Amino acid sequence: MKRLVFLDESVRLIFHAVLVGSIYLLFVGHNQPGGGFVAGLVAGAAMSLRYLVGGLAEVRRISRFQPWTIMALGVAISTSTALAPLSRGHSIMASMSTSFDLPLLGHIYASTTLPFDIGVYMVVVGLVFMVFEAFGEDPDAEADEVPEADEEGATR
Amino acid sequence: MNQLIPLPIVLPLLAAALASLFGRWKVVQRIISVAVLTATSAISILLLVRVDRDGPLVMHAGDWRAPIGITLVVDRLSAIMLTVASLMLLAVLVYAIGQPGAERHHVGFQPVYMILAAGVAGSFLTGDLFNLFVSFEMMLTASYVLLTLGGRKDQVRAGMTYVVISLLASTLFITALALLYSATGTVNMADLAAKIGQLPLGLRQAFAVLLVVVFGVKAALFPLFSWLPDSYPVAPGPVTAVFAGLLTKVGVYALIRSQTLLFPEGSRPVTLLLITAGLTMAFGIIGAIAQDDVKRILSFNIVSHIGYMVFGLALFSVGGLAAAIFYAVHHIIAMTTLFLVDGLIEHAGGSSRMRELGNMVRSAPVVALLFLVPALGLAGIPPFSGFVPKLGLIQSGFAAVGGQGHRALVIGVVAVSLVVSLLTLFSVIKIWIGVFWSPAFETPSGAAHTVGRLGGPPLMVIPTATLFVLGLTVALTAGPLYRLCERAASDLLNPHAYITTVLGR
Repeated sequence: MKRLVFLDESVRLIFHAVLVGSIYLLFVGHNQPGGGFVAGLVAGAAMSLRYLVGGLAEVRRISRFQPWTIMALGVAISTSTALAPLSRGHSIMASMSTSFDLPLLGHIYASTTLPFDIGVYMVVVGLVFMVFEAFGEDPDAEADEVPEADEEGATR
Repeated sequence: MNQLIPLPIVLPLLAAALASLFGRWKVVQRIISVAVLTATSAISILLLVRVDRDGPLVMHAGDWRAPIGITLVVDRLSAIMLTVASLMLLAVLVYAIGQPGAERHHVGFQPVYMILAAGVAGSFLTGDLFNLFVSFEMMLTASYVLLTLGGRKDQVRAGMTYVVISLLASTLFITALALLYSATGTVNMADLAAKIGQLPLGLRQAFAVLLVVVFGVKAALFPLFSWLPDSYPVAPGPVTAVFAGLLTKVGVYALIRSQTLLFPEGSRPVTLLLITAGLTMAFGIIGAIAQDDVKRILSFNIVSHIGYMVFGLALFSVGGLAAAIFYAVHHIIAMTTLFLVDGLIEHAGGSSRMRELGNMVRSAPVVALLFLVPALGLAGIPPFSGFVPKLGLIQSGFAAVGGQGHRALVIGVVAVSLVVSLLTLFSVIKIWIGVFWSPAFETPSGAAHTVGRLGGPPLMVIPTATLFVLGLTVALTAGPLYRLCERAASDLLNPHAYITTVLGR
């Protein structure tokens, strides 16, 4: 597959910026518009940029983990966070928070909403990987190897 | 005690996550799934006991009060359904583990099955219509995967129909929700019950009919049932058993819940429900008689018997609703058992077509017994579990005839239900003769296994036998159980306690 230098370089520039943006959205989600789902979608958009550049192989280079491992880990984190307040006699998914001071970083406010959102984020990102795994195979590449796939390649 | 309410939903989700993380270690997967479903069964029994004693329990997720937050409610009806459903899910899971080839080759089976369990529990526990939609989707998405697990051509074809029809119903559901929200400003069921009285009568009736159509597709009511007999038989055996037992009954539960709680007397589509009940019974059983395949006969029987539950609902009396709830419990257990027995038949005989099977009363006598009793129960033969709710339905039917309105229609449906009972008996006797008594006419298409005295692998026979015993227990304890169903029914007709518990006033 031919790669376009211009596209390649601009995606290299943008990719990490978009990821940082998605992590920003993940963290502000507690009190401002954002949160795990939106942040995951933005990260997914970054993944699709990589897909535009180099196809499925490029997407696979982003993570060493299988998509379902990421998703399952996300679900596990979110459900455990949701269950945690029950042990303290609160309702499920009740938000528990604490704040403390750290040197250099200053005042830190941490709540259980964050791990829940991280779990959601991982589910969405895992889903994006899974979509690319399922539908992202390059039909042209297949057409070179398998003669039957010619028709599909032509319609595309 | 309130802390237990969300567990039947969240624990299976957690188990689904862990089961896919431990995908390589089958043993760990199985231990997690069985442990979680055992726990949810125990929790639902605890909830049932507690709710029956003290009235409805509620939990607002994240302490956001109704009608804003996610509300989970348990009352007698949802606790009964949840208990039966959890027990079925557990039994079928053990059966699937014991069945050679059923789940061994699919890494995804356990996680997806757990998501199905979470969706079913969510449907019974949710206190608002939107989360009912979400739970339905969880359940349905899992069922799409489970239905096509083998990836065979006929599975994919039947799966397409199933997916398209389910998506259509879901779209209609979410549209109905949007309309309901724009009209009343809430989707919380208790809040809706309090507010829906402000709407004009015609609008209320329209919403009631719309919800009947939406849940009618899930419950496989006439004329919306055509997807069921085509799609269920192609799924892997244990999957069909759990679908047959639970999925349509979740639709029936949603029908009962929405029609009794949301709509006050006068805006309920009684005539429509009575007519569909009668037609569902009749068309389902006519379909069943025409079939040659055990799975297809049983699938049409599911459709037919949904009619009885809807008939009980349409009476809107304590007796009718109690009979409908009892019928649902009996039907879930009987149908799951029969489909598990069908799995045993296929294991021993290599086919589910009656032409290719025969003489199994000699080759697998235990399977024959496991089949006969729930089958007779399904037909409503007196000592078994189907008799009590049928009697209750007919008595409540006659009681309704004494009341006002719909007299001729109720008599008609009662008559249909009696004829359909006989035809059900005919259809299960047809299976009995075809599979167990008469010789086989053709050689089976699949591979037959040699079975020992048990009639199959122990892990397949034991869950089936357990459900068999559970069915007998339902028949033996029919008195107390029926009174429990009556209490649940009177809760449904006087939802005051439910509404005040949820809204906290």
